[in-house]
Amino acid sequence: MVRAFMVLLLCQLAGTIIQQASGLPVPGPVLGLVMLLVYLIRTGGPSPHLRDTANGFLKNLGLLFVPAGVGVVTELKELRDNALAISMGIVVSTLLGLVVTGVLMNWLAKKNLEPENA
Amino acid sequence: MHSLLPLPFFHVWAYLQTQPLLGLTVTICVWEGALLIDRWAGHLALTNPTVLSIIILAALLLSTHTSYQAYFTGAVYIHFLLGPATVALAVPMYANWPAIKQNFVAIIVSLTTGSMLTATSAMLIARALGAPKVVVISLGPKSVTTPIAMGIAQNLGGQPPLTAVFVMVTAMFGTLVCTGVFRLARVEDWRARGLAAGTVAHGLATSRMLILNQTAGAFGGLAIGLNGIITSLALPLIVSIFGF
Repeated sequence: MVRAFMVLLLCQLAGTIIQQASGLPVPGPVLGLVMLLVYLIRTGGPSPHLRDTANGFLKNLGLLFVPAGVGVVTELKELRDNALAISMGIVVSTLLGLVVTGVLMNWLAKKNLEPENA
Repeated sequence: MHSLLPLPFFHVWAYLQTQPLLGLTVTICVWEGALLIDRWAGHLALTNPTVLSIIILAALLLSTHTSYQAYFTGAVYIHFLLGPATVALAVPMYANWPAIKQNFVAIIVSLTTGSMLTATSAMLIARALGAPKVVVISLGPKSVTTPIAMGIAQNLGGQPPLTAVFVMVTAMFGTLVCTGVFRLARVEDWRARGLAAGTVAHGLATSRMLILNQTAGAFGGLAIGLNGIITSLALPLIVSIFGF
């Protein structure tokens, strides 16, 4: 478990070093994610320890957002002053995103299958 | 309320405010309580344990006049784990790798288009309705899973706590409407439903998809990770193109 935690931290550290050195706009942990994914694809999958530790983290992911989310107490005025702009932005863009992603994938994924059906 | 406390208790309270123990313990207690409430209510979108915990803790801070900084002295130990948890997303993405490879082009095209459109439209609408720059930027990554979204907001000059709220609201709204939207737009393929739900409303909508259909859940899971990567690459470009 400690070794799996070490792997996750090393990926994050490497990602953060690359991000800071290169000035890339991608967050360091995301670069770490990509590095771990490439590593897993090349080595044929995670060890049982890494899989269990990763799943343990992800099962409790909801808890990890809480401290940052509570930061909303410092932003209450910003939220109140812009309530209409924020809610309209979220509602319209969410509907648009769902429809466009769904319709495109519905269409493209079917096309992908056609050679197999023929 | 501090002045109403007897003097020794006031000292204890003042001491605890400078230490990590109280913030950390209260966060975990509230979280466990929120899990109980969510289970008891039957896992409604509105009783999401993260949302409940944030509301309860925010109310506690405001009612006891505790500063967020004092609270964060303890909560930072939980917050720190977001980094390794983001890296850990590689493990479920690897598990979905065969499905990704099979439909690679379809997934990349649909996900990139949908993700860019939802981010750009949210920011354009908010700006048109008069929201200041910091709010507009913080809205950009609202469809990305929280740890990545907050990192993106931070890098672009947004406010990570605002982004966390927008991510949560988007997830709740997306989860509530997705089934109806798919029916109206005639999105019948479960792979497409899962991908769209994961791209726009990440984890919460994906867990709903998982209940309905295994394939949809898997595609939702891979959409969460891919959208995180694609948005971190593309959002800086969108922000500079539209001058947000």
